[in-house]
Amino acid sequence: MSRAERAVSALLGVASVLLLAFAVLIIAHPDTRLLALTLGGGLAALAIALAVAAKRLVPQTPELERRAPLEDPQATAAVNAKLRFPRRRLLTASAGAATAALTAAVVAPVTALGPAVGDSITDTPWRRGRRLVDERGRPITVDDIAPGSFVTAFPEGADKRELGSPVIVVRDADPAKIERRRDWAPEGILAFSKICTHAGCAVALYRSPLSEPTSTHPALVCPCHYSVFQTRNAGAVEAGPAGRPLPQLPLLLGPNRELLAGGGFSGPIGPAWWSVRA
Amino acid sequence: MKTDPVTFVDRRVGAAKPLRAALDYIFPDHWSFLLGEIALYAFVTLVGTGVFLAFFFEPGDAYPSAINLSFGVPGGLLLRQTHHWAADVFVVAIVLHLLRVFFTGAFRRPRELTYTSGVLLLALAIFEGFLGYSLLDDLLSGMGLAIAYGVAMSIPFLGGDLAHLIWAGEFPGGTEFPQRLFVAHVFLLPALIAGLLGAHLATIVRTHHSQFRGPLRAEDNVVGTRMWPGYALRSLALLAATAAVLVALGGLIQVNPIWQWGPYEPYYATNGAQPDWYLGWLIGALRLMPPLEIVIGDRTVFPNPFFGGILFPSAIFGFLLAWPWWEQRRGSVPHHLLDRPRDNPHRTGVGAAVFTFVAVVFLAGSADRLFLSSGIGYETQVWLFRIAAVVLPGVAYALTRRACRELRDRV
Repeated sequence: MSRAERAVSALLGVASVLLLAFAVLIIAHPDTRLLALTLGGGLAALAIALAVAAKRLVPQTPELERRAPLEDPQATAAVNAKLRFPRRRLLTASAGAATAALTAAVVAPVTALGPAVGDSITDTPWRRGRRLVDERGRPITVDDIAPGSFVTAFPEGADKRELGSPVIVVRDADPAKIERRRDWAPEGILAFSKICTHAGCAVALYRSPLSEPTSTHPALVCPCHYSVFQTRNAGAVEAGPAGRPLPQLPLLLGPNRELLAGGGFSGPIGPAWWSVRA
Repeated sequence: MKTDPVTFVDRRVGAAKPLRAALDYIFPDHWSFLLGEIALYAFVTLVGTGVFLAFFFEPGDAYPSAINLSFGVPGGLLLRQTHHWAADVFVVAIVLHLLRVFFTGAFRRPRELTYTSGVLLLALAIFEGFLGYSLLDDLLSGMGLAIAYGVAMSIPFLGGDLAHLIWAGEFPGGTEFPQRLFVAHVFLLPALIAGLLGAHLATIVRTHHSQFRGPLRAEDNVVGTRMWPGYALRSLALLAATAAVLVALGGLIQVNPIWQWGPYEPYYATNGAQPDWYLGWLIGALRLMPPLEIVIGDRTVFPNPFFGGILFPSAIFGFLLAWPWWEQRRGSVPHHLLDRPRDNPHRTGVGAAVFTFVAVVFLAGSADRLFLSSGIGYETQVWLFRIAAVVLPGVAYALTRRACRELRDRV
C-alpha cells in the first residue's frame, strides 16, 4: 500500500469520525460552534482526502483533444429551408394579432396583484385639531419635548404603519431663529413627516446641538442616504439627494398644553414619484 | 443474466455514449477557472441550507419565526448563518469569475451566450440575495425594503402603479406582501437561477472550455485533464472545501444578528446600517447622486432615486451585456485561446475604468463609516467621491492601457 493510499484512508477516517460526531451532536447537544467544527472539519478532511486522491492516486497527465467545428452549414441551410414560411400578409398579420392578444390575456391578471396608486399616497390621517400621541397612544404635551431631543408622534387613533402617520417632533432651543412658518411652531415646537422625501426611510437623526462652524442651524437627517432638512426653514433640503422639502405639519396648543395638528402637511409625504407635485 | 447498471440504463435510454463523452470531457487547467465552480458550489450550499430553513420559516410571522429557527431548532442558527454566508460568497465568486472572463476575452465568439447567461445570473443572484435578507422583517430588512419601494416608485410613469402592485398597496404593503417575498425568494428566483445555470453550463459543454496559450495548445484543440477520474475528484474536493468553509463561517462568525437589530416598523430607522456587501454599490449610488429631480410642469417625472437605483445599475449591466457585441462589431471569428489582460490594452483599460467607477460608488456607500474613522466631514467626503467617480475611471483607463502596452512589448 502506497503512502498516498494510507494518507487518503486516514483522512477519510477523520472525515467519518467528525461527520458522525456532527450527527450525534445535532441530536444530543446542538451547540452551534461544535456543530460547525464537526461538520466543517469533516467536510474539510473529505476535501483534503479527495484532493490528495486526485493528485496522487489517479493519472493526471494532460491530454489533448481536437475541437470539432461547432457550425454545420449544411444542417443550417436545411433547417432554415424547413422554417421558411410562405409570405402571406393576411396570415402573418392575424397571427401577430393573436399573439398580441394572447400576451395581453396572460399579462392582464397581473393588475389584480394590487390597487391602482390612487389617492392613498396624498391622503394622510392628519386633520386640524387631531391630537399627537406617542407610540403607545398617550397624548404628547409641550413639556414632553425637551430642547435638542426628538419625539416620534402619530395621529390619535390612526394606523401607525401608514406612511402618512408618523411625524418627528423637535423643539428649537431658540424659537426666535425659526425663519419660516413661525406660527406653525408654538413655543418653538416643530413637526415634520418622518418619512424621507427621497426614498422613504424614517428620518431618525436630529442634528442639535450644533457642531459649529460647519452646521449653523438644527436639521433633520435621514440615516439611509443622508438627506439633510432644515427645521427652521420649512424643511428645505440642505444637503443629500432628496429633491423636495420634508413636509411640515402645523401645530397648535390644545387643553393641558397637548399638541394638536393645525391641519394637513405642507406637501405630499413619502418618497418621490412621477406624480408628486414639486 | 446479470447486467451491470450501465448496461441496464443504456438498454433503456441509450445513455452510454453521452456518458462516455461526459467522462472524457477535457478541462483545461488554470486556477482562475475554479471561480465559477466555487459559485456553483455556493449555490448548491444555498439550495441545501435554504430547503431546511424553508421548513421552519413562516413569512406571515417572519421576525419571530426567524428568531425561533435560529434558537429553537437544532442546527438552525448554523444553517441560517451558513445560508447567509453562502449568499455573500456566491456573489463574490460570480463577480471574480466575471472579471476573469472579461479580462481574458473569454466572452468572444462562440461564447457570447454563455457570457450573457452569466451576467444575467449575477443580476439574479444580487436580487435573490436582497429578497433573502428582506424576508426577515427585522430593522435592516425593513429599511432595505423602504428604499426598494422608493426606488420602484421612482420609475417614471409606471413606478407608482408598479410599486402598488408589488406591495399590494402602499408601503409597508398589504398582508399578501410577505408571502410574495417568500414565494419569489424560495421558488421564482431559485427556479430562474437554476434554469439559467443549466443553460450556462450546457453552452459551456457545447463549446468546450477555452484555454490559455501554452505548450501544445492551439485554437483547434483543448489540452487538460479528463473529467474521470482526475478532474471529478478535484472538483468534488472543491465542493467539499467550499461547503467546509461556508459551514465554518456559518457556525463561528456571526452574521446578520437580527435579534440585535430588532423588528421593523416604518417609523424606525438606525444610523450606520450597512447592507450585505453586494448592495453597497446601489446604496453608494443613491447617496452620491446630487439632488436632481426632473420636473415637467408641476410634476416630478424623474425622481431622484431613479438615477442611483435604476439608471446606474442598468447602465453597468447594459455595458456588460453589450460589450461582446461592441468589441466584435466589425465581425467575429471563433476564439478558443484566451487573451492575457495585456494582450488587449484597450479592453483591459475599459474594464479597469468601469470597475473603478463601480468601486468608487461602492466605497461611497460606506462613507458614513469612513466619516467616523477618518474624521473627514461627510459632506466633504460625498464631494470627494463625486469627483473621484468622474475622474478616476479615466485615470484608470490611461494607466491600465499603458501598463498593458509596456508589459506586452517587453520581450
